[in-house]
Formats: sequence, structure tokens, C-alpha cells
Amino acid sequence: MAANVFVYIDHFKGEALPASWEAVGTARVVADQLGQSVLAVVLGSEVEALAKAAIAHGADAAHIVEDTALAEFRPEPYADAFSRVAADAHLVVMPTSGRTRELAAMVAVDLKAGVAPDVIAIEVKDNRILATRPIYAGKLLTKIVAVGDRPLIITLRSRAFPKPEADSARTGEVTKVPVELKATTTEVMGYSASEGGVSLTDAAVIVSGGRGVSNNPGLEPPAGITDEKEQEIWRAQQGFKLIEDLARTLGGAVGASRAAVDAAYITYAHQVGQTGKVVAPDLYVACGISGAIQHLAGMRTAKTIVAINKDPDAPIFKLARFGVVGDLHSIVPAFNLALKERLGR
Amino acid sequence: MNILVCVKQTPDTAATVTVEDGKVSWGEAPLVINPWDEYAVEEALKIKENHGGTVTALSLGPEDAREALKHALAMGCDEAVLISDPAFAGLDSLGVSQVLAAGVRKVGEVDLVFFGRASVDSDTGITGSQVARRLGWPALSLVAKIDELAPSEKKIVVERMLDEGRQQVSATFPAVLSVVKEINEPRYPSFMGIRKASRAEIPIWGASDLALADSPQAAISWPEIFAPPKVDTQCEFIEGDSPAAQATALANRLVEEKVI
Repeated sequence: MAANVFVYIDHFKGEALPASWEAVGTARVVADQLGQSVLAVVLGSEVEALAKAAIAHGADAAHIVEDTALAEFRPEPYADAFSRVAADAHLVVMPTSGRTRELAAMVAVDLKAGVAPDVIAIEVKDNRILATRPIYAGKLLTKIVAVGDRPLIITLRSRAFPKPEADSARTGEVTKVPVELKATTTEVMGYSASEGGVSLTDAAVIVSGGRGVSNNPGLEPPAGITDEKEQEIWRAQQGFKLIEDLARTLGGAVGASRAAVDAAYITYAHQVGQTGKVVAPDLYVACGISGAIQHLAGMRTAKTIVAINKDPDAPIFKLARFGVVGDLHSIVPAFNLALKERLGR
Repeated sequence: MNILVCVKQTPDTAATVTVEDGKVSWGEAPLVINPWDEYAVEEALKIKENHGGTVTALSLGPEDAREALKHALAMGCDEAVLISDPAFAGLDSLGVSQVLAAGVRKVGEVDLVFFGRASVDSDTGITGSQVARRLGWPALSLVAKIDELAPSEKKIVVERMLDEGRQQVSATFPAVLSVVKEINEPRYPSFMGIRKASRAEIPIWGASDLALADSPQAAISWPEIFAPPKVDTQCEFIEGDSPAAQATALANRLVEEKVI
């Protein structure tokens, strides 16, 4: 039995994903049950601070690989480095992100390992790890276990596991591991942030809008917009402004249903659901969303769901803890105002 | 340009999925091409229209899993191949990627391999990256746009959809891409396409047709599949004489229940 549970610290340009600490905390709990240690793996160009933060969050030690070729995440050299450092791993824990999905996939090929992405629960039974993850968009759950002595790579769904407090008094050894990286032709040229800044999976509060956001016939579009579809989109954008305002008051992010995205009311980056992002915030406010099964699949594990909808029979109310039957265009701004008064913001 | 599109047959997303005797059942719901894969097929066809070449659809599944391939043919793919062998039943993505990589090699001269972002049944989203790793080709996942494609230089520039924003990446091909829905609007199969697809002979490749170094094995098993526990939520409807009254009552209840 390997003596280490490996945990990967995912970061974007040196900033750790909050879910990375959830992974460290979870690796700690599992390692304690197995009588093993937690070894954090950090890859990048200058990542010693992240390694120390991993130890503060519960890792016993950290291995880091620093190389200019690792300055930007690219799956090939990252997998080279990780597979080398974790060559004898039996259990690897990662947060779930676009990056780790690729990294886990490639490392699994290198280590002949199994992968369980988007895991929502872990149990240790007779020294074996059982990871639970949703399939069929959350309509079902499956437990996953490694076959024989195959290693298992688990990526944890954001916010499904508790985040440990950092304890700066914790100490542990940080080891720099030299790794030969193979050349790769992939080159990161840059980012356009136009659609960034929508970190739905980490958000504690999400306010989402659906098809109903455009349904405000009293609102007169500017004279320049004569096309019916453009008028509809213009109305929807005014509606999403109300949703953004509410999200800002609650310190949350803006989500949307597929219907709203397909109707070009808002970009795909905001989409929650089976073909968008799966989220688990503390509070989910659904405005003008009827609650198609594909949307519910993406937000059903939210702790508290509030639904605002004109139709009292909308399926979203079956999942909601609190429901308001009414027009979102009047309810949402009034709710925003009431919250500002209550919260003194 | 020789393009391969890997497609999977899945139950329709509107299906009610249940577990019967430990096995997943979707009742009478139709089996369709995995919705994400339609974007992959569309992008492959668009490249063919601009640069010439062939588009081949490749699928791994049981012998009757032809609907996904027929749909791909009806959309306009030139050829389709089904990889099927009882030995491949119950594989995980690690095993599937081994088989698909062997399939790609058997097709021969391939410039680009397309995948959908994930399949809507197992929803792992890792198979494309694993095939790329096995082939030693660059993996470009979550592609939302192809900015540049230069066959003479074997160069491709794409925009990838990350949580942090759109990332522009260049690579050389052969390469493996997975696409997200922002990349295009998949075409509907044409009447002629459907007729062509219904008459098409789809060859089946078994384990012995593929150059597999060892027999693929699953690295994981699924000891328990179950329905999520029913959440017994009783919706508390917030009443009020006016939207403002409802809004205030809602804010009060959320504070009382310590939601905010």
C-alpha cells in the first residue's frame, strides 16, 4: 500500500482554485482513515507559495515541479510532470475544472488508472475507496471503485466537500522535483476575458434568468430597434440587468437556462444545466425559469432554491424551498430593494 | 483534410432513466447520437466544405448501435465505421480510449479527430484527451471556435472555453479536438442524406481487426448504481398584496431561515 494520498493543487496563473483546498481537506480525511500521508503536487513556474498553502490546508508535504514550460497550463507537459511525481500513486484527489479533467484523463493513461470525475461523496470501506458521482445528468448516481490494484484518480465537484481552514502553523517539507518534459507543439497565445468572470461553480449564490426574462411587453425598446427578435433580446437584456443587480446585492453570480442562452439573451458561459454548468450553491434564485428536467439536473443540489415565476404550476416550484408566484420584472427589483434594506447594503 | 469524428449512441436527454436490477434503463426512450457529438460532426463537415477531404464517423458500441452513425452519415459524413466486439463490453474511458486510438490508427491518414465535449450518459468528458495521449497528439478540448486552419503548415489555432475566459491556443496536427456547443449550429440531416444513410453499409471492426497491444481492461467498476435520494421539498409560497409585499416577505423568510 502506497503511503501517500496525492492531491493536485489546480491554479490559474498562480492563483489556486478554492476547490483545490476542498481537495486537500478531503485527501486529509481519506488519508487519515487509510493511515497514510497527504502529498500535495503543485506544477507551474513559481509555485512554492502554493505548496506552502497546501500544507497549511492539511497536506503533510508537497512536491513541486517548476519549469518555464509549465508557466501556462497545457495538458501534455503537466501530465508528464504529474505522472512522474505520482508514478506510484494509488489514490489521487483533484478539484474539478476544465484543466483537471484533461490532466486526470492523460495521467490515467500514463498510470493505467481509473478516473472518477465530478465526485460528490467518498467513503472508505475495507481500505478501498468508493467514490460516488452523478451520471445521466444527475438522474442517477453511481459508486466507482478501482479494479484490483489499479490507481484511482478522483476529481471532486466544487463545493461538494468542506473547505478546511488554513493553519499557518502547520509545517511540511516542500521538495522540488526535476522532471524532463517532452516538447509539445501546443502554445497558449492569450485570453479574451470578454466571457470570463463567470465562476459559477465556485459561487455561493447564483441568480438565474430564463425565457421569462424577456416577457415584459410594457417595456418600450428604443426607436432604433425595429426587428421583433432584436426587440425581444433587448427586453431580455433589460431583464438580465435586474438579475445582475440582485446577484450583486447577494454577492453572487449570474446564471441562465438553456432557453435563455439559445434565444441569445446571454452567453453560453452563464448556462446552468445538463449541457451547461452543474452548480451547487448555498442559494439558487431561479427567475422566469420553468424548470425543464435538463435545467434541474444542473442545480438540484443547491442548498436552498428560490423560484420566482408567473406560472404556479411550473415544475421549478417542486424543487424550490420558497416560491413567489408573480412577474419577475416587479418581484426581482423589489426583492433587491428589500434585501438592501435588510442587509444594510 | 482527413477528419475522423468519434460519436456515441446515448439515450435521448429527455428520457426518464431508472435502475432495474442494478442495470440502467431508459424505457422506450429513443437512442440518439450523443447531442454534443452533433457539434463535432458539424465542425468536421464545415472543414471539409472549406478545405476538401473526407469525414469518417467512428463509434464504439454494441452491434445494433448504428443510430448515431446513421445520423452522422445523414448529416453528410462520407463514411462510418462501427467498432464492436463482446470483449469491449463494460469498458471504462481508459479501455474505450485504447480501442478508439487503435481505430484511429487503422483508419490511417488522419489530420484531426473530433469529439463532443462529453457524452450525456456517463458524462466524464475525458475520452478525447485520453485518445490524444495514447496517440501522442495534441489535445485541444472545449473548443468554441476554430480561428485558423492552415493545412499546408499543419497548423490550427482555436479558442477554448475555460471558466476563466476564452483561451487562444495554437497547435500542429494531427490533433484531437473536443467541441462545445458555442462552436456552431448543427445542420439537420437532409432528405437525401437520410436516404443515403439508410442504404449505407457500415463495416464492423472487431478486436481482431485492430492492432491492440493487449486486451483492453476497465480500471474501474461500478458496484452500485442508484437513484438519488428523493428530496422532500415542500415549496413555501410567499403571499402578499403587492410585489413589494411579496419581496419583503421573501427577504424576511430567507433571513429567518439563515439562508442569507
